[in-house]
Amino acid sequence: MIQPVLKVTNMKKAYGAIQAVGGVSFEVRPGEIFGVIGPNGSGKTTLFNSMLGQITPDEGKIELNGQDVTTLGPLELNRRGVGRTFQTLQVFGKMTVRDNLIVAAQEHSGSMFSRMFAPTDSGLGDKADALIDQFHIRHVADKKAGELSYGQQKLVDIAMAFMSEPDLVLLDEPCAGVNPSLVGGISTLLKELNQTRKGSFVVIEHNMDFVMDLCHRIMVMVEGQVLAIGTPDEIRANKQVLDAYLGS
Amino acid sequence: MKKLNLLFALVALAALVVVPNFLKNYGIHMFTTWLVFIIATMGLNLTVGYAGQKSLGHAAFFGIGAYTVAIFLKAGLSFWLGLPVAALFCFVVGLALGFPALRVQTIYLAFATLGFNTALWLVMRNEEWLTGGTFGINNIARPSLGGISFDGNLAYYYLVLGFTIVLALLLWGLLRSPWGKAFTALRDNAIRAESLGIDTRSYTLLSFAIGAVYAGVAGGLYASQVQFIDPALFTVGASIMMYLMVVVGGPGYFLGPVLGSAVGVVLPEWLRFAQAWYLFVFGAAVVVLMIWLPDGLLSIPDRIKARRQSRAASAARAAAGKGVKA
Repeated sequence: MIQPVLKVTNMKKAYGAIQAVGGVSFEVRPGEIFGVIGPNGSGKTTLFNSMLGQITPDEGKIELNGQDVTTLGPLELNRRGVGRTFQTLQVFGKMTVRDNLIVAAQEHSGSMFSRMFAPTDSGLGDKADALIDQFHIRHVADKKAGELSYGQQKLVDIAMAFMSEPDLVLLDEPCAGVNPSLVGGISTLLKELNQTRKGSFVVIEHNMDFVMDLCHRIMVMVEGQVLAIGTPDEIRANKQVLDAYLGS
Repeated sequence: MKKLNLLFALVALAALVVVPNFLKNYGIHMFTTWLVFIIATMGLNLTVGYAGQKSLGHAAFFGIGAYTVAIFLKAGLSFWLGLPVAALFCFVVGLALGFPALRVQTIYLAFATLGFNTALWLVMRNEEWLTGGTFGINNIARPSLGGISFDGNLAYYYLVLGFTIVLALLLWGLLRSPWGKAFTALRDNAIRAESLGIDTRSYTLLSFAIGAVYAGVAGGLYASQVQFIDPALFTVGASIMMYLMVVVGGPGYFLGPVLGSAVGVVLPEWLRFAQAWYLFVFGAAVVVLMIWLPDGLLSIPDRIKARRQSRAASAARAAAGKGVKA
């Protein structure tokens, strides 16, 4: 049996009287693109924040490659191979695009002390350039990230999450605010990265066409519970899902 | 551009070496004070400008450095022992002061550091057995090294210049290393930085500790320069003045402290012709500067560049519009 990259077991989180997530269980397999969808208030963000160590669940267990990481913070999770993007743009605006990519991986080699004497690019220049080419942002590589258009910044933001070659990347609404013409491009890029880097992705997204096209399996959440988990075709055919979400 | 920068640096360095030879004691004193404050504010620029932490306690470290060197010299110990001890002491206290920054940010952190400065100032004022209290410590000696005496004003100026150059090069190297990017990432977006594996906790503490070392060394040099120190030099007001120097010069710009310290140290002297009005003129100049250049004097080239890019983009859009119509 293949060990899942991520395994969430009976995760619960309440805010006062509101049960944001009530006993969610699922697993993400190696190389899989796993989508999480659900209407507003369904608990997606709470689930995401728990998996990223930003909040600690009240109950349940989160395992990464078989190790319990339930109580670990974002720093430790990143060091263990979890990359992420945020719903809103989170690039370092005053750094160049290349420096944004370099800083995204520089802490993954050597000790903090040794980095004091490391070269400016931490030996990551070629790796950053390869990703710059893959994301088609060569023409803006030396520009400050803050000077780019929203779509270009979004690409930089996503590229940063992949720079340290994480085992698992959590993408929080990668299409939010993006011009529809770029959505297809992001989908193609993520598929390419999934193929070439063999990583697993968890994607939260409201754009249904994007999720259905990109993901291998999809989990539908409603009111903090898992309504269904299945392939895009299974989800499309699920009457409960249609009633609760797609049909709404 | 790099050649131009190098040429500018060499000319500036030559001026710093040559010009004081033609100055009287007061002029040399002003130049030395300027260099001392460049060192102190280089450290504060790391904490505030690069790492984005709000510190209003920098004068306390300046004081720790000054008193440590003065006490060592009064005890008959060497300046060359006192200065590294002062730096080490400041590093440790700076680390400790960094801890509140892990819990609070922005104005709340500023108040925490301000409280630290006040507490330390009270120690300097009240612990007479150690610091001389309000009477301070006088007759602080100037050092010598290998038979070279730095007792004269000009010789001491060159010693401080040497320290300034070495410390500037060390900071330059640090900021060009991956640490520099980590500090900038911490300043721009700490949550994102942490999600990328940057240990924001350690970098926050180190930004305070290294900044404190620079202030401590500057304080130690200042004690021997003026040869008399008392607590009045290390008040919260002095910390605010240092913060102002960083902000006026340009926080996060390497040469910001050079310009900022010139404004903070030299400008008030130039404005003495205004007599009782000089503080008013100085204050008004700073207010005007902050309104027009909130990112400091060294942001002027960036602003010009941004304006040019904006005009070019507008022109391109207009041209594209005409093309569509045609």
